[in-house]
Amino acid sequence: MDTKLTAEGISKSYDENPVLENVNIKLHDQEIVSLLGISGAGKTTLFNIISGLMQPDRGHVFLEGKEITGQAGHIAYMLQKDLLLPYRSIVDNTALPLILHGVPKKEARQQASLHFAEFGLEGTQKKWPSQLSGGMRQRAALLRTYLSSEGVALLDEPFSALDTITKDTMHSWYLDVMQKIKLSSLFITHDIDEAILLSDRIYILAGKPGTIIAELPVTAPRPRTREFMLSEDFLNYKRKIIHLLKIE
Amino acid sequence: MHKKLTSITDKLSPAFLIILILVVWQAVVSLGIVPNFMLPSPVQVVQAFISDFPSLMENASTSLQETFWGMLIAILLAFGSAFLMDRFRLVKKSLYPILIITQTVPTVAIAPLLVLWLGYDMTPKIVLVIISCYFPIAVGLLNGFCSADPDVINLMLTMGSSKWQIFCHVKMPSALNNFFSGLRISVSYSVIGAVVAEWLGGNSGLGVYMTRVRKSYAYDRMFAVILLVSVISLLLMKLVDVIQYLCMPWERNPSDAETAKVP
Repeated sequence: MDTKLTAEGISKSYDENPVLENVNIKLHDQEIVSLLGISGAGKTTLFNIISGLMQPDRGHVFLEGKEITGQAGHIAYMLQKDLLLPYRSIVDNTALPLILHGVPKKEARQQASLHFAEFGLEGTQKKWPSQLSGGMRQRAALLRTYLSSEGVALLDEPFSALDTITKDTMHSWYLDVMQKIKLSSLFITHDIDEAILLSDRIYILAGKPGTIIAELPVTAPRPRTREFMLSEDFLNYKRKIIHLLKIE
Repeated sequence: MHKKLTSITDKLSPAFLIILILVVWQAVVSLGIVPNFMLPSPVQVVQAFISDFPSLMENASTSLQETFWGMLIAILLAFGSAFLMDRFRLVKKSLYPILIITQTVPTVAIAPLLVLWLGYDMTPKIVLVIISCYFPIAVGLLNGFCSADPDVINLMLTMGSSKWQIFCHVKMPSALNNFFSGLRISVSYSVIGAVVAEWLGGNSGLGVYMTRVRKSYAYDRMFAVILLVSVISLLLMKLVDVIQYLCMPWERNPSDAETAKVP
């Protein structure tokens, strides 16, 4: 498999206070990889470094072999907050990355609209973000992320602000969408179940300063359903992770 | 039903109070409690308004032109300076305190100087309108630019946008609310600014008219022109509301969010 994204030996401190120490991450083509860690392990700092918003003290980030350390604009990212612009309709929000790259407005809208059905957003084109539910807004945010990406997206706890039932729906939706589109995604989460359900591989980030303490491939077959979450297989993964995180 | 009744009461009560005041005013004058040469009755004011209507409109047109040009220039200046203050920290640090100081200078005091420097035509009036309108708009815009969500700006950066694109797509639209609040305040100052400047000299304008009728002790017409200035200010404020409504369609009915609640 081709390597899309590599983060090599990333270290970062804030005022003598080390947050990340020698973090190494690889993301292959069309893979879903989770970065699982408890709060304060430096997940968000790592994402800001990978997305290029922040410079690491040491280490490099490569996208398809090209160094992009500290350069924003190559890797799309999505947060817990949908950050849809309230003054743009849903189609204009999702088309924004295309418009920013100089695609004429009409064409950008058409291109974005092509994906509305795929993302389960039919009929919302002309709505304002305030007229949509939290789940729908995250769908639109993912579509915008997808359209702004060069094939790699970082998702920082994108579903954690949603209620449990919506979250379950969004997980099935996400797995479904990822089958249809070509996107390699690195997914931050603190939710062990979510990480096992969605990922091909899980990196476990822990310690102070944060470092990768384990890498765990999840080989369970796809498509994964709710049933999978009740299987012995699933519980074994969970047991292993709990053990690694030393949760008592 | 109960709610509807409350809203009707809310709307009618100020109207009721105004009518009450007018009735008392009329009574006080008609019964001779206050001598009529000092205070005209509401009916006399309306009569003066009607009989002098053509002259009032002609003068109002001059004042409104001054207001229009003054507002336009004030808005452009406010945009320019708020943009620079937002973009360059040093500009903000050096310019902002000066702006606040200029706000503390009473406009009535500088109006004679403006007439002295700029003459009797429209220029000093326009300048005074600019001085009284610029500040609320500039401050509104600047606060609006600064209030843009830093997460949204980061997101824009990850999409590869330039500073100018961030300004156009994020900062400018997020500042619209503040801009219109500032504009609403400015618009209410603007007509008064023009009138005050006209007091000090000129050939036409509501301020000129006001000085003329005061000198001839025509208090009914004095009240008529005061009424007209208030009405113009109110209409201009309403105009700002209408423009805001047209410019910000997404703010119109946030309550119909219920229509699309699909998870």
